[in-house]
Amino acid sequence: MKLDTLLQPESLAVVGVSLSNPFNPANVIFHKNNLRYDARTYCVNPRGGTLFGDPVYKSISQVPGKIDCAVLSIRADLVPAAIEECIENEVGGAIIISGGFAETGRTDLQDRVTAVAHEHNFPVIGPNCLGIFSPPAIDTFFLPSERLVTPRKGNVALLSQSGGILVDMMIKLTQEGVGISRTVSIGNKAVIDEIDLLFYLDSDPKTSVIGLYLEGFSEGRGRDFVTFMEQASRPVVLLKAGKTPGGSRAVSSHTASIAGDYPVFREVIRQSGALEAENEAEFVSYCESLSCCNEAAVERVCIITASGGHGAMASDGCFNAGIEVAQIPDDDIQELQPQLSKSVQAIASLNNPIDLTGSAGDNDFFTATRFFLEKDYVDAVILLLLPYLPAISTDIGARIASVAMQYQKPVITYMPHVDRYVMFIEGFESNGLAVAHSVEGAVHMVRAMNRRKS
Amino acid sequence: MKKRIHELLERARNVGWMMEPDARELLKLYNLPVTMFHWVHTREEALKAAADIGYPVVTKIVSPKIMHKSDAGGVRVGIGNDGELSQAYDDLSRLEGFDGIIVDQMARGTELIVGAKHDPQFGMVVLTGIGGTAVEIYKDVAIRMAPFSNDTAREALTSLTGSSLLTGYRGGEAVNMEKLVHLMVHFSELAVDLEKNIESIDLNPVMCNAKEALIADARILLKEVQHT
Repeated sequence: MKLDTLLQPESLAVVGVSLSNPFNPANVIFHKNNLRYDARTYCVNPRGGTLFGDPVYKSISQVPGKIDCAVLSIRADLVPAAIEECIENEVGGAIIISGGFAETGRTDLQDRVTAVAHEHNFPVIGPNCLGIFSPPAIDTFFLPSERLVTPRKGNVALLSQSGGILVDMMIKLTQEGVGISRTVSIGNKAVIDEIDLLFYLDSDPKTSVIGLYLEGFSEGRGRDFVTFMEQASRPVVLLKAGKTPGGSRAVSSHTASIAGDYPVFREVIRQSGALEAENEAEFVSYCESLSCCNEAAVERVCIITASGGHGAMASDGCFNAGIEVAQIPDDDIQELQPQLSKSVQAIASLNNPIDLTGSAGDNDFFTATRFFLEKDYVDAVILLLLPYLPAISTDIGARIASVAMQYQKPVITYMPHVDRYVMFIEGFESNGLAVAHSVEGAVHMVRAMNRRKS
Repeated sequence: MKKRIHELLERARNVGWMMEPDARELLKLYNLPVTMFHWVHTREEALKAAADIGYPVVTKIVSPKIMHKSDAGGVRVGIGNDGELSQAYDDLSRLEGFDGIIVDQMARGTELIVGAKHDPQFGMVVLTGIGGTAVEIYKDVAIRMAPFSNDTAREALTSLTGSSLLTGYRGGEAVNMEKLVHLMVHFSELAVDLEKNIESIDLNPVMCNAKEALIADARILLKEVQHT
């Protein structure tokens, strides 16, 4: 099915606006799109009239002009007829925001939607979802803009079976300075599911990383996911919920007992080349690092630190994650030493991890980072920076970013995330470099690029 | 062959699982190597079977009432002579639902489990792991979608934490990888072939040594609702 009309519509009809309740989800969706997004927006209610001066059309057929996308926010039992009306009026596709389908036991209603949509090759997102956030065209989330953080423009696309988790992830990625291309809340996925959207996003020029929150694939669709991954060109980061078995089933075979639903999922996903995050923090880290650099295949790193303890923790993390901490040849140590400031030369330890000590300043970090990015035996640099040290300035991010760009290799930085250091952190993030909240987080980010090679 | 497979499945359907002699026959129809065995219904037949196989042998109860043979006291291992065999036959013949015994070759080697199950999201998957009775303790297994190639089978074995047990750990005997891989690949094809009928299969243990990889026991559970 053609998904362009849903993800990048030129016109939008919001069906189900209320003439009396301004908090009705449909009203929020209508106003938001009417005022802030590019798609030409209409609203529909059988009673007609006007809404803040805009005409309310009595039915889809009365809307003047072609509708690419219809957003249905009406009672579940009215939805199947509304879908038929959309099809009759040659609407491009529909998003069903309404709940009250399979999730509440009304599989009959949902099956009717599925059947009629398939019969007419009509794409439908939902039901029971927030729909699509795809700026600058549309945003069908019924959440008032002033209640949300404004996502940055960027290259991470998100798909989610849960609308709530999706919005949380958008907020968290935004907070990490990660930009978003489009997001889709897929809800009950009666017609279009995550696999269809993965294929779409994998050839979306705005997207270079795809994040997916999933409770489970529908019957047999796991296999289609594996098929998708075989030809996918974008990395896919996945977070799964529902890993624990619901209630104990009496199982009389060893295979069934060991190979429960989640163990099978985990193994097959790992084989497929998708990156499964253990938890939300890891998911955000993976998306952040791959949004900065999704081409690199990192095997060997150089750790540059202002403190021995941080260096040791990062080394341990790399070892556990199967990332090699590169061996530095003696000649290179001899060559680097005189390039550092006098006070640092005497006390720095130049075996990887490179501990420049608390006396080091911007120049020392810049010099060491450039020195190792140039070496073939280093695929990426992990920079452990402590902004409370006196000789480090807020310029450091921009300077490191310039050299990372020059060598086209990733630099992952750790810095403690508190308000006081925001200027340091933004120096990196606004120049396209990932900054982790913890040493462990920095290692996760590198691991995302490490897995990318397989 | 198709007809015979159908018959075996039909017979098992009433019980919900397939008795070991039938399971072994099914595996043999797919060219999977099972230990040498005879299904016998008298003591005399048992003695003749042991003479054919050669001591030591294993005896196992065949009964539609007993799926977990060991738990029911229905397995005797290391039987070394006619006297022990007669005794074992008499003991087993008193168990519920007795329908003869299996006299089985006592294979030696590293014990693996090779199993298959139908996963709702990914279809038939094959599990391979360090097996025998310890399988549920160590859970050292690799799971791959069926069917798969020789390369995938090899990679699955290498991915096991205990893979060095297969390649000869501290002077131990390395197993015959080629035969083991062959067994896994053929089994993955069987799993897909019988997808509609089968809930899960345990080949446990598969005995692996330098010469061969032999299936020493098989448990096949059938799906409850059947079509075709």
